[in-house]
Amino acid sequence: MDVKLINPFINATLNVLETMAFIKVRPGKPYLKKDNVAKGDVTGVIGLTGVSNGTISITFQEKCILTIVSNMLGENMECLNEDIADAVGELTNMVSGQARKELEEVGRIFKAAIPSVIMGRSHTIAHYTNGPRIAIPFFTDDGDFTIEVCFER
Amino acid sequence: MNTSIKVLIVDDFATMRRILKNILKQLGFKNLLEADDGTTALDALEKNDIDLVISDWNMPKMTGLELLKSVRASKKYAKIPFLMVTAEAQKQNVIEAVQAGVSNYVVKPFTAEAISDKLKKILK
Repeated sequence: MDVKLINPFINATLNVLETMAFIKVRPGKPYLKKDNVAKGDVTGVIGLTGVSNGTISITFQEKCILTIVSNMLGENMECLNEDIADAVGELTNMVSGQARKELEEVGRIFKAAIPSVIMGRSHTIAHYTNGPRIAIPFFTDDGDFTIEVCFER
Repeated sequence: MNTSIKVLIVDDFATMRRILKNILKQLGFKNLLEADDGTTALDALEKNDIDLVISDWNMPKMTGLELLKSVRASKKYAKIPFLMVTAEAQKQNVIEAVQAGVSNYVVKPFTAEAISDKLKKILK
């Protein structure tokens, strides 16, 4: 897995969450993920095509996404529901867009599909290719989330 | 900036429509309609006297770019101000939108100030 494919997703995540949810996020060390169980309660998944094909996913712990969406909407969100699922889809969309913009600057052009969202404890994430799954943990004061990047070999 | 105009907000994500509505209300806009994709937006344009369209790009059934092209090809609302607010930030996207006649372009994520600045330019 080319590390130049990973950094744009880290930068995009920091930018999206700071701008839209006013939250400072601390990225952790990327690692190779061996299983397909999501590290949280709700996941947005988006397919990418272009110089390579793959998927990225963003999985949020419940407390984390409730704080994020509360900040985005200026309302107190108290439980995982359709509004939260919708917000996760949009967040995934924005991270994908920003990352693809940075990748374009180094000559890697990708197009994205419309994201889908999965909700529920211990759900699994089906990435579209059999490439290595790189997981990037992120930490906030109100819980954690994890991005997974999986491109074909 | 004339905030009494009727604004149509088009995005398949309800979250984004809510965020844009909140920003527009803070700016003083009160006449706000919503559509969740290009086809429902065209329907809203037919049935209402819309003064400004704010649209996403990536939507099912009809994209924001297709909506823009339909709007510019119509007789009734060809000259309507059209702001694209989208996560599609690559150069080719902006070029395509400009060629299709977009009034201005905002890339997500955005601040309220960015939206306000673009609206002031469009509605001058």
